[in-house]
Amino acid sequence: MLNIKEVLETNKMIEQENLDVRTITLGISLLDCIDSDLEVLKKKIYNKITTTAKDLVATGKAIEEQYGIPIVNKRISVTPIALIGGSACKSSDDYVELAKVLDEAAKTVGVNFLGGFSALVSKGMTKSDKLLMQAIPKALAQTERVCSSVNVGSTKTGIDMDAVKLMGEIIKEAAELTKDQDSLGCAKLVVFCNAPDDNPFMAGAFHGVTEADAIINVGVSGPGVVKTALSKVRGQNFEVLCETIKKTAFKVTRVGQLVAQEASARLGIPFGIIDLSLAPTPAIGDSVAEILEEIGLEYAGAPGTTAALALLNDQVKKGGVMASSYVGGLSGAFIPVSEDQGMIDAVQAGALTLEKLEAMTCVCSVGLDMIAIPGDTKATTISGIIADEMAIGMVNQKTTAVRLIPVIGKGVGEMVEFGGLLGYAPIMPVNQYSCDAFVNRGGRIPAPIHSFKN
Amino acid sequence: MKKFVITVVGHDKVGIIAKVCAYLAENQVNILNISQTIVDGYFNMMMIVDGGIVGDVTRMSKELSALGEEIGVVIRCQHEDIFNMMHRI
Repeated sequence: MLNIKEVLETNKMIEQENLDVRTITLGISLLDCIDSDLEVLKKKIYNKITTTAKDLVATGKAIEEQYGIPIVNKRISVTPIALIGGSACKSSDDYVELAKVLDEAAKTVGVNFLGGFSALVSKGMTKSDKLLMQAIPKALAQTERVCSSVNVGSTKTGIDMDAVKLMGEIIKEAAELTKDQDSLGCAKLVVFCNAPDDNPFMAGAFHGVTEADAIINVGVSGPGVVKTALSKVRGQNFEVLCETIKKTAFKVTRVGQLVAQEASARLGIPFGIIDLSLAPTPAIGDSVAEILEEIGLEYAGAPGTTAALALLNDQVKKGGVMASSYVGGLSGAFIPVSEDQGMIDAVQAGALTLEKLEAMTCVCSVGLDMIAIPGDTKATTISGIIADEMAIGMVNQKTTAVRLIPVIGKGVGEMVEFGGLLGYAPIMPVNQYSCDAFVNRGGRIPAPIHSFKN
Repeated sequence: MKKFVITVVGHDKVGIIAKVCAYLAENQVNILNISQTIVDGYFNMMMIVDGGIVGDVTRMSKELSALGEEIGVVIRCQHEDIFNMMHRI
């Protein structure tokens, strides 16, 4: 029988420590919508999404009420659109049309983001991939809820440097087209290496081609819960520290597993995976950086940060894996700058630099995320940063990602406000030395030797 | 059998349990277990109730929450599985 201490502990996590289920993401395959006629394709996509997801938001709300746990976002991911639009889209403007249909479908079913305006080009780009990539800036400027991602490398294939070069230019163009909103378009665009097929988190979610027709993936969260648990073991050794993170991650993930099972049963759609990520929000007490501080650092970015993040990431996985039957997605600690108050404070104090963030991405679950940089940063420099991050992912056989926002018209130290979950950020300085000749070489970086396991 | 957990948290005062129990009795809700404690001057109570008769949980949840506001405490009603999942392997 339950006891009062356990019940109060759970409710304290929800009420005071921001425990929530961050997202229920419904993955929908659009492969059966493919058509050579653009108008027919648009209609099929709209119908498939609005039919499959019609009960998603209402079901999410009913589960919230039943268990008394907030489910912050209800979202949709779809098959990478470059695969769907290939035969109907003759120009990048045709792809923009598809983005508008996705936006409309998202609004109809009431989800706040829809991911999958994506291309998978880790070894090379098809004509269709290229058209979609060129459509990204306009698509993000002319839609509200559509998110885009491009996978430009993997451990098995190496890095497509032509795509990396193009994405530097695309990011600049997306920034330019949304400059009156602090270049918000770039906040909805992720460049990946080793992108997972079942990631429920935006902006990088898409429904992989290896997935079933429809699937429920759930992203849990809970940095505030981990921080509070750690505040009770201050000064104790690493064994106690790790044990505490593990136990807390277990509890948080179990809630996600419960919500996923319930959503799957109510919607009649199979359960895919739980993503065990510690995902911060700009709310006070919902910060991954504050966990790092609780572990013993004055600010995120101080010496020891990479080690602290490595152990945090590992213990979250060890605790979470036992709590769920299927784990996937990104699973680890997210370190976005603008979405985490502790990270913002660390940047403002001068404790956290772009280079230290890059080191941290070697041991966390994602990459350089939600980082505002000066608007006059060159496209090739952005490509160089992407290439570095992709190389970390490729060599370490992990997912890495880049979501940089070159804020047009603003410089180092100025603040940008994206609003809502996307938060706000101080613009960080970027290394000023050129990598033009490197980026302009063209071609591919081969896969690393340890990828040949056959 | 579905069971629900009702928690009541707030400043201690006369008649909290009486009012909550009166509401449950009026709505034919059977109480299976009650435990109560005072933590740092705060009244904390947990009741496990029989979900078989609860019927419309959303309505009861809203009415209990409104009753809580009237008394000056916070009342929540949640399906027991969230606690079982978190605290039992």
